[in-house]
Amino acid sequence: MLHIVNKSPFESTTLESCLRIATNGQGDVLLLIEDGVYAVTKNSVAGNMLHEAMKDVKVCVLWPDAEARGIQDRVLEGVKMVDYAGFVDLVAESDNVQSWL
Amino acid sequence: MNETTGGVDEGDPGLVKKFMFVNRKAPYGTIYALEGLEVVLISAAFDQDVSMVFMDDGVYQLVKGQHTKAIGMKNFSPTYRALEGYDIEKLYVEQKSMEARGLTEADLLVPVETLSSADMAGLMRSQDVVIDF
Repeated sequence: MLHIVNKSPFESTTLESCLRIATNGQGDVLLLIEDGVYAVTKNSVAGNMLHEAMKDVKVCVLWPDAEARGIQDRVLEGVKMVDYAGFVDLVAESDNVQSWL
Repeated sequence: MNETTGGVDEGDPGLVKKFMFVNRKAPYGTIYALEGLEVVLISAAFDQDVSMVFMDDGVYQLVKGQHTKAIGMKNFSPTYRALEGYDIEKLYVEQKSMEARGLTEADLLVPVETLSSADMAGLMRSQDVVIDF
């Protein structure tokens, strides 16, 4: 299952809730887009939470959104960068998708 | 989604999909909860397999004793009790969301099934379509 989060982890608890569901050893994938990309920042509260979750969840970040926000040089190790075509691939490969509001 | 739906016999059970509506917002601060409920009622008209999930502040939608007269908004909480009449009987709450808010099933308007986060994940995974409100 693919989970998409577009909210900053510093403004909303959406990422936290998503991870509570996604980290259940079912091989779920998380894609961070829009303001959600801030979560991949190294040495941040959100980054640490994400690092922990990465034992269970594959984490991807939409690169154009990360670059636009200037965080491209501070991305947590192990996070996969995807472009728009990669976004489409992730959706196509998943049985179902949840866009967390 | 099946694009041929319009041309197929409505009685064909093969077209029943599992829809899950995930409600994560409190009822009156934003329009999400009310709009979500409207969509669920519409989906009932299409005889789909519908589940409703309430997590995070979404659990507040189901709390007993809502009185909205003084804020000039419609109290739509009685509608949740009518869902059964539309064959929408699968209502789930997430245990952690309930606990965090000091709520138990006795505080809610309708019978629900309380699920752990792990069980919720499994249920979500088994759906054809998951829509957040």
